[in-house]
Amino acid sequence: MMINLRDKGAKVWDGWNRPTRTVFTLVVIAIVALLPFAATWGPTSFLNTPITSFENVLVYPVGMFVLMALGLNIVVGKSGLLDLGYVAFFAIGAYTMGILSTLYGWNTWEAMPFGILFAMLAGVLLGLPALRLRGDYLAIITLGFGEIIRIVALNLTVTGGTNGIPGIPNPPSIFGIKFDLMNPAHYFWIVVIMILLVIWMIRRFTVRRPGRAWEAIRQDEDVASLMGVNTLVYKLWSFVIGAAIGGAAGVLFASKVMVIAPQMFNFNVSVLILACVVFGGIGNIWGVAAGAVILAYLPERIRFISDARQLIFGLVLILMMNLRPDGLLPRKKREKIKEKGAQ
Amino acid sequence: MNFSVLTSEFWALALQGTALGLIYSLIALGYTMVYGVLRLINFANSEIFMVGTFSTMLIEIVVFKRAIDLPALSGGKLIFVLLLTLMGSMLVCALLAMLVELVAYRRLRARGTNRLASLISAIGTSIFLSESVRLLSGSRSHSAPRVLDKWSFGEVAGANFRIDTMMTIVAAIVIFIVLEIFVTKSHLGKAIRAVSMSEENSKLMGINLNRVITMTFAIGGLTTGAAAFFYTTTYENTVFNVGFNLGIAAFTSAVLGGIGNLRGAFYGGLSLGLLEQFASAILGSQWKSVTVFLVLVLVLLIKPSGIFGEAVQQTRT
Repeated sequence: MMINLRDKGAKVWDGWNRPTRTVFTLVVIAIVALLPFAATWGPTSFLNTPITSFENVLVYPVGMFVLMALGLNIVVGKSGLLDLGYVAFFAIGAYTMGILSTLYGWNTWEAMPFGILFAMLAGVLLGLPALRLRGDYLAIITLGFGEIIRIVALNLTVTGGTNGIPGIPNPPSIFGIKFDLMNPAHYFWIVVIMILLVIWMIRRFTVRRPGRAWEAIRQDEDVASLMGVNTLVYKLWSFVIGAAIGGAAGVLFASKVMVIAPQMFNFNVSVLILACVVFGGIGNIWGVAAGAVILAYLPERIRFISDARQLIFGLVLILMMNLRPDGLLPRKKREKIKEKGAQ
Repeated sequence: MNFSVLTSEFWALALQGTALGLIYSLIALGYTMVYGVLRLINFANSEIFMVGTFSTMLIEIVVFKRAIDLPALSGGKLIFVLLLTLMGSMLVCALLAMLVELVAYRRLRARGTNRLASLISAIGTSIFLSESVRLLSGSRSHSAPRVLDKWSFGEVAGANFRIDTMMTIVAAIVIFIVLEIFVTKSHLGKAIRAVSMSEENSKLMGINLNRVITMTFAIGGLTTGAAAFFYTTTYENTVFNVGFNLGIAAFTSAVLGGIGNLRGAFYGGLSLGLLEQFASAILGSQWKSVTVFLVLVLVLLIKPSGIFGEAVQQTRT
C-alpha cells in the first residue's frame, strides 16, 4: 500500500488548535515568500536553475503554473469536466493586457479586471453550448476552442499576427515596490498573493453550496440533477471561475514578459497544465500545487540534459501514472466514499 | 471571401478533399476502435501515425535503396515496392500500438483507476514518442524519396485524377469494406463488438479481454499505418510533429461521425476533409481549422452523438 500523505497531513492538521494552525500557515507562507533568495543562499543553492535565472523560473513557469493548475482544478477536479483548452483563457487575459496597454495606455492593475472579465465572458460563451455535452465531446470542443483563440490571434491585425504584441509595459510600482526586469522576485510575491487568494476562494467555495453541487455533479450528474441541483448553472460557474483565474494569470504574464505571441499559447500549455492537475492529485489543492511546482520546475532544472528533457518529462508522466494513478497527494478519502456523517 | 472557387474549382476541391478526408478517416479508426472498447481517447495515436510516416520513408530508403534523386519506379517493381512498404508501415504501427497499450494502458486498466490517469499516461507516451523521433531525426522536415511518379489519369471538370489521389481513395475504401466485414463476420470482430457493449458480460462469456483489447489496438495501428503510407506517398515529406495537426483532425472526424462507430469514422473523415478544402479555398487557408471547429461545435449542439449517430452500442458514460 502506498502511504496517503494527504490523509496523514489532514490528520495532523485536525489535531492542532487554532493558534498552532495560524503559526504553521504563516511559517509556510514566509518560507514560500523567501524562495527567491534560495538560489543564492548556500544550503539551498542546489535549487538554482542553469539557464533561466531561478527568480524568473519561480514566476514563470512555476508560479503561473500553480495559479493556472488551481484554476483548472476547479473545472477538472471539482466538477469533473475535462477541459483540454484551458490555455485559451490565459491567452485572452494576456491579449487583453497587451491590447489595452499598448493601444490605450492602461496599466496592469487597470487592465486586470477587464482581462478577468473577458476570460469569464469567453467561459460563458464557450460553456453555455459546450457544457450540455458529455465528457469526451466537451474535451474536443474545449481543445478546439483553445486552437481557435490561437489561430484568431495569429490572423488578426490588432493582435499583431505572428509577431504578437511587443512593448507591453511592466506593472507600475505599488508602495515603492518596483516591477521591472531587475526584480523578478517582486512578481513572484504578486503571484504568491494571487495564489493565496485563489486558494482561499476555492476553500470557501468547497464548503458551501457550489462546492457540494460540484461534488454531486462529479460523482453522478444524473443523480445530482434529480436531486434538484441545477447542473448546467453550477457547471458553468466552475467553468467561468476557472476561466477568471486563467485570465488573471494571463494579464500578469503579459506584463511580466512584455511581449506576447500566439505560439506561447499552444495546445501543449493546456496539456501541461492538465498534467500538473492529474500528476499532483485531481481535486486536491495541495496536490495540484505540488504537481504544478514539480512539473514546471523539473524541465528547467534538468536543462543540462537540455535536449532530452521533454523526453524525460514524458517518461515521468507515464511512470507516475502507472505507479500512483491518483497523483502525488490524492484527494481526501471521504470525498471518494462519503463517511462524514458517521463522525 | 472568395465564393467564385465554388463554381470554378468545385470538382478539383472535392477530389482533393476526398483523398485528404479518407486519410483522416483511416487515422480516425485508430481513435474510434480504441474508444469503442475502452471509452478512452487514445492520445498516442497521432504519434503512431508519425512513426508510420517515418517508417514508410525509412523502408523506402533503407530496404529498397531509394535515394531522393533516383527516378520513380514503374511496372511490377513499383507495385511490389508500394505493397511491401504499405505492409511494413502497417506492421510497424500495429506493433507500436500494441506496445503502447501494454505500457500506457494495461496496468492502469487492471487497477481500475480514473480515466484521466490513462489520458495523462497516453499524453506521456505521446510526448515520449515524438521527442524520441525528434532527438533521432532532428526538428527539420525530411523529404521522402519519390517512388510513385505523379502521373494523371486525366482531367474531368477541372479535377485532376492523379494516381496517388486515386490510389488513396480506392485503397481507403477497400480497407473500410474489409474492416466492416471483419468486424461483423469474424470471431475476433464479434468479440470486439461484445467487449464494446459490455466488458463485464463479455468476460463472463469467456472472452479473453486483454487479448481482444490488444487486437483492437493492433487493428487501429494497422489502419493508422496505412494512412501514414498514403500520406507520405502523396506529400513526400514528414517531420517529427506531423502527427499533431493530423491527429486533431482525425479525432475531430471520429467525433463528427459519432465516436466508436466505424462508418462514423469514414463519413466523419470524409466530411472533414471536404469541409477543410472548401473552407480554405473560400476563406483562405489560415481560417481552415477555425471553420472546422465551428462546424464541429454546431454539429455537436444539434446532434451531440455525431452526425452518424451513436456507436454500435448505445451507452451512457
